[in-house]
Order: sequence, then C-alpha cells, then structure tokens
Amino acid sequence: MAYGIKLKVWGPYACFTRPEMKVERVSYDIMTPSAARGILEAVYWKPEIRWNVRRIHVLNPIKFDNIRRNELGNVLSASNIKKAMKDRKTELSVFIEDDRQQRAAMVLKDVSYIIEADFEILSGDNNPLKHKEMFERRARKGQCFNTPCLGCREFSAAFELVEDEVPASELKGEKDYGWMLHDIDFNNGMTPRFFRAKSKDGIIDVPPFVSEEVRG
Amino acid sequence: MAAIQNRYEFVYLFDVENGNPNGDPDAGNMPRIDPETSNGLVTDVCLKRKVRNFVEIAKVNESGFNIYVQEKAVLNLQNKRAYLANPEINQESKKLPKKEEEAKKITGWMCANFFDVRTFGAVMTTDVNCGQVRGPVQINFAKSIDPVIPLELSITRMAVTTEKEAESQSGDNRTMGRKHIVPYGLYRVEGYISSHLAEKTGFSEADLELFWNALINMFDHDHSAARGKMNARKLFVFKHSDKLGNAPAHKLFDLISVKRNDSEKPPRSFTDYTIDFAGGCPQNVEMIEKL
Repeated sequence: MAYGIKLKVWGPYACFTRPEMKVERVSYDIMTPSAARGILEAVYWKPEIRWNVRRIHVLNPIKFDNIRRNELGNVLSASNIKKAMKDRKTELSVFIEDDRQQRAAMVLKDVSYIIEADFEILSGDNNPLKHKEMFERRARKGQCFNTPCLGCREFSAAFELVEDEVPASELKGEKDYGWMLHDIDFNNGMTPRFFRAKSKDGIIDVPPFVSEEVRG
Repeated sequence: MAAIQNRYEFVYLFDVENGNPNGDPDAGNMPRIDPETSNGLVTDVCLKRKVRNFVEIAKVNESGFNIYVQEKAVLNLQNKRAYLANPEINQESKKLPKKEEEAKKITGWMCANFFDVRTFGAVMTTDVNCGQVRGPVQINFAKSIDPVIPLELSITRMAVTTEKEAESQSGDNRTMGRKHIVPYGLYRVEGYISSHLAEKTGFSEADLELFWNALINMFDHDHSAARGKMNARKLFVFKHSDKLGNAPAHKLFDLISVKRNDSEKPPRSFTDYTIDFAGGCPQNVEMIEKL
C-alpha cells in the first residue's frame, strides 16, 4: 500500500445495478469495486496502470428510493448503420413511442464513500510516483477526464482527495451484504467475478481480484 | 469540426406554473416528487428529450444534425437525409476489415450524422468495446428549490368515446378526467460537459452553442395541455480554461444560490426568488451568464 490514494465521493443518488436485476434496476446496498474503479479512471487513468480498489468506506446510512422512467427498448444495430452508410436511404431514427419501456429503478439516496485504492504498473517505465502525483494533483483541483458517476451517468459524483484521517462511518457493527460483483474480467471474455462483501463499521475490505475469495 | 477545448459546468433554472413538468409513471402521472423532502424532480432524460426536440426543429434538413431518438409527433419524414460521402467504406467491407476498425468507423459516422449521439452518446450493438459512445454532456436530475404540492384537478369532457358509454349515461354524454399540476415550482439542474469525451465524438463549439440555445428556448416549443407555463429562467455556465478543468464541479455549483424572499408565503412566481452568484470564481474559471 505504498502508493495508496484515498478519494471521497458523494452524491444525492446512486445506482450500482445488481446484474441479476438489471431490467428493472435494483442497486446493491453499497458501491461495487468496479464502480469505484470507474470513478478513479474518470479522474486519472493511463493504459500503463491498473487501479486496484482495496477498501471502501460507506459513510452514510443506506437508503433507497424508487424512480420509474420511460426508456428506449432497443440498441442501435450496427448492420443497419452499415446499410445506411452504403445506400444512404435506410431510415436510422427510432421512434420512442414504438419502442418504449417503462422501467423502475431502486436507487440509493444520499450516498458518501471513501475509496482506498492503489495501482499496479502494467507497462512503460516503472515510475509509480508519477502516476500517484498526477492523480492527486487532479483530484485536489477537481480536475477529471469526465465527470465521474455513481453507477449511472445521471447520478454524477462530487469528489475530493482525502489527505487526512478517514472520518468514521455512521454504520456500526458487522454486516454481510452477500455475494457482490467485484469486477469484470476483460481479458477473459468479460466474465463477471464476485466476492463476499462484508463490512465492519462501514468498512469493506476488498480482496484482490485474482485471489481465492473472488469467484467467477 | 474541431471538438471543444474547454471543460464546462452549468447551472440551469427553469420554472413551471400550473403545469406538470414531468409525470411519474409509477404514480399515475403525478408530478415526480422526492418522497422524503417533497421536492419536485425532473429526470435527466426528460430534459434531454426536449433538447432533442428543439434541435430537430431548429435544424430541419441540415445534415449532421439528425436526431436518432425521435418523437413521432415531430415532423416525421423530414429526414430524407443527405448522407456523408463515404465511398471508401463500400470497398473496404469486401476486404473484411478488422472488427475494431469497422466499429470505429460506424460509431464515427453515427456521431457525425446525429446530434444526439454526438452529445449524449448511444449504445450500439457491436461486440467490440467502442460500440458504446459516451457523450460529453451529462445532466443530473433537476430538483425544485422548495417542496412542491401537486394538485389534482378534476375536469369534465362534454363527450364520450363509445356509443355504449352514451347509452349507459342515457344521453348525458359526460366523462370526467384528471389533471395534475404543480401550482409553482422553480427547478434547478446541474450539468457537466467533458472536453475529452467531446473529442471522441466530435462535439464542436457550434454544437455547444446549439446546446445552450436549446436549453434557453426549448420550453417555448414544448407547450401542451399538461405542461402549463414552463420557462427557462437562468443559465449560468462555468468555463474552465483547462481541458481537465480548474476547479471541482461541486464548488462551482455552490457559488450559485437560490433563495426564497419570503419564507412565510408559498412561492408562486419567479419574483418570489432571489438568485445570487457569490462571485469569487476560482482562478481560470470564467462564469458566463447565458440567460
């Protein structure tokens, strides 16, 4: 943990969708390591490094809210676009009324987390200090590649570098959140991998992605 | 066209008078409400819809400004589009190009042709990762400054739909309906524009201008029986001189405060509020009041 960083993120809403309930989205109780990694990457990332989330502090009590929205039932089909590029006639627009789905989402409210993470160097010159300092400079100034979000892009995250002690969580005692998504194994045909998320006084220790505790 | 070179944040205020800004399908089309605070909500997608509709009417038949997700009511078949000249694609597809390259070409083409894909992004079905476009513009939920109290109004109609209904009413021919309104609500929404994502989709300065225009004017082209009187009131834009930005977004948002003048009286108009810009923009951030 020599090059660890701590980032506080918070926002009025969050939705860390459970993969088993993603048509009508239901959020996990807490932030997943993959969502935390996404936030760090939105602030600073280069192909030479990989972020490893080590610990997530859940600062606020867990609250849910329900939101139902009109959504589009479809995705763009690549073959249609190809056809349109060729013949310049094919209609590409979709009419939302024809393809509407109303979907509810169980989202989290008033969340605040501290992410503790470090990174490993995958390639390039082995100069971890450079990456760490670039990340910290950006986080301190509020700079980012794009605005990080809490699971979905409509729930954007405010962020701040934590340089002192981590404040105590409002959650006390031990809690088992069950099996939770750790991250997706992109090198291995996008296999999701899970771990048993347990918290103690609001702190979740995240096992390394390659460890025994993480299962596909 | 060259992509924008600055990061932006914006605070946008709009109000509604005797209308329903955004119905909740879960609550029988009542205005959306945060159940804990009773503050009114308007979803991000609701506002994006209006931006799309505005761009569609503002840029009829202009190539590069097509709208992918359309609403039927709006000028359906104006989109006999002038497709970009892309002669090299045809030949290449015979050669079976590498999948990733092809996917990039496809997303690039979609971005060049469709304003909404370029601005808000879109998901395309390719098994290559870049089939998903993230747009530079990101909008949060809009929230009303004060709790709103939706009213349910009963209305009557002097006709019925079916003959059967007429018979059962023995010629009275009346039906009752329901309408939900918010007497008044001032809503605030915050958004972000990332220059790096703009680079990937080609979101240009002209697109940005059009987007601001859409925010300012979109309610004027969205009148309906349900909406009542909706108006764009204020648009504060924070322009960072640096591509990555020069200050945390939440600190900039905090500079804009909206206060009710008389907390005893229920708010009923925009003049019941004072909007303040605290000043003291961080270095290298410029505040532009667009409206």
